[in-house]
Amino acid sequence: MRAFRILIRSINDGIRSVFKNFSLSMASIICSTITLILVAVAMVISANVDNFTKEIEQDLTIVAFVDNQATSDDVENIKNELSQINNIDQSQTIYKSKVEIKDEMRAESNIFDAVMGQWSDEDNPLKDTFQIKVKDIEKIKETAEEIQNINNISTVKYGEGMVDQMVNAFKWIERIAYGAVIALILVTIFLIINTIKLTIFSRQREIGIMRLVGSSNFVIKTPFIIEGMFLGLLGSIIPILLIVFGYTYFYDFSSGYIFTPLIQLIKPFPFIYYASIIVALIGIIVGMIGSASASKKYLKV
Amino acid sequence: MKFIKIEDCYKTYKNGVTATAGLNLEIDKGEFVFIIGATGCGKSTLIKMLYREEKPTKGKVIVGGIDVAKLRNSKVYKLRRKLGIVFQDFKLLPKLNVYDNVAYPLTSMGLKNKEIKPRVIKALDLVGLKEKMRSYPNELSAGMQQRVCIARAMVNGPKLLICDEPTGNLDPETSKEIMEVLNQINQELGTTIVMVTHDKDIVNRMKKRVILLDNGVLASDEMKGKYKVNESV
Ligand SMILES: Nc1ncnc2c1ncn2[C@@H]1O[C@H](COP(=O)(O)OP(=O)(O)O)[C@@H](O)[C@H]1O
Ligand SMILES: [Mg+2]
Repeated sequence: MRAFRILIRSINDGIRSVFKNFSLSMASIICSTITLILVAVAMVISANVDNFTKEIEQDLTIVAFVDNQATSDDVENIKNELSQINNIDQSQTIYKSKVEIKDEMRAESNIFDAVMGQWSDEDNPLKDTFQIKVKDIEKIKETAEEIQNINNISTVKYGEGMVDQMVNAFKWIERIAYGAVIALILVTIFLIINTIKLTIFSRQREIGIMRLVGSSNFVIKTPFIIEGMFLGLLGSIIPILLIVFGYTYFYDFSSGYIFTPLIQLIKPFPFIYYASIIVALIGIIVGMIGSASASKKYLKV
Repeated sequence: MKFIKIEDCYKTYKNGVTATAGLNLEIDKGEFVFIIGATGCGKSTLIKMLYREEKPTKGKVIVGGIDVAKLRNSKVYKLRRKLGIVFQDFKLLPKLNVYDNVAYPLTSMGLKNKEIKPRVIKALDLVGLKEKMRSYPNELSAGMQQRVCIARAMVNGPKLLICDEPTGNLDPETSKEIMEVLNQINQELGTTIVMVTHDKDIVNRMKKRVILLDNGVLASDEMKGKYKVNESV
């Protein structure tokens, strides 16, 4: 109970100190605001990239065509070899003979039906196919090459090009955003350390008196740590507003996708709430790291 | 077991100055002791060791059963909660009013406001400053500030009150008043008082035990002593 009352009093003191030294606090608040805006942007991008790469992964299919002269033994052999490739999601591999494909296509349209109805099995220019799904979309190229190397596979096709490049581009954006965020977090921690350091220095005499009349380290340090956490929390206000209103607006404005309906954005609810909570937590934690290390360094026991 | 026991105590500061050199001293519970001596003879150092502001370089300092030299930095507050300290420069917290200043030691212990209030009122009563509860230190005269400091030192009911030249900044009349308060505390509450002073009149008038230091060693120790002038003054 005593510790709890000390904590309540520390929260009171810590928050008051932020407003008492407001011009000093402002630098830290602005910096953590900028940092957290970037954190928010990076988070929104990365959550969305994760989301739609997963969706694309589910849709992306490699189609492997079997040579015309391949025998049924050869097809068995291909199946065998495919089962050796790690990145293939084995449960989803579908084999279709050229007859099946012909029938499917005929069922799909009258024109196909009219043309293809003439074909005997020997004339059928279609090929037997394997439809294959991969587990890791980033390795799809290597996997396609491995399949290509199997005997009696003539060609391999997958949604190369656009999708592939887009996924790649977004991964890069994600990486750069992460890099910037980490750098900015470090700058913010540094600034908060500095703010708390100056507060500690300006209160050196008071702290000395507190020690003389029997204040424990817990009592002396906690207000400063709370102060740092509060600075971080204040810095998260604008970023949270930006997420809540900005993302919702952006989602509506872009009708829920970017460039192509293939790239679906995450729905704002409840995403913005989770994102806001995470941003606030990061702010508080960054503030705490800054103030804890400042008080460890400058509040010598 | 004596209340305060100092045994073969040496204190050499980092700069090489030796402030006490082989002090031996015992003080009983309830005593009122003056520590006198020329400037720089080690009076403040001696009492700083009592509240563990300084650690003896060698020897023992025991205060109320606590071995001060062995006390870890992080545990010093436990010792300080058991004693009260009165300083020449008061050391009040300027942003807190009189009530909050006196309450501070209890607040920082995490006591309930309900428990704090009667003790603060009692301490302020002791020094006769109840009506100045809402004033801030800078609104008070030096004598009043010193009383606030005494009230703060007494608020937790310590067995020992340490005073370093408490009347050093006060005129003779105000000094007299402060001494009356201290004497009352000693007589009525039985609080042990160790007081460093330069004030000849006070020492001569009070007729208490007087310990004279000279260059970090005990020069004399007399019951009902008088202020002595040693060679360096
Ligand atoms: N923190 C310190 N560092 C170095 N020397 C000190 C320190 N405090 C006191 N001294 C020296 O120790 C000696 C005793 O000082 P002090 O105990 O303050 O004397 P007094 O209180 O009797 O005037 C003096 O020579 C003083 O300069
Ligand atoms: Mg002194």
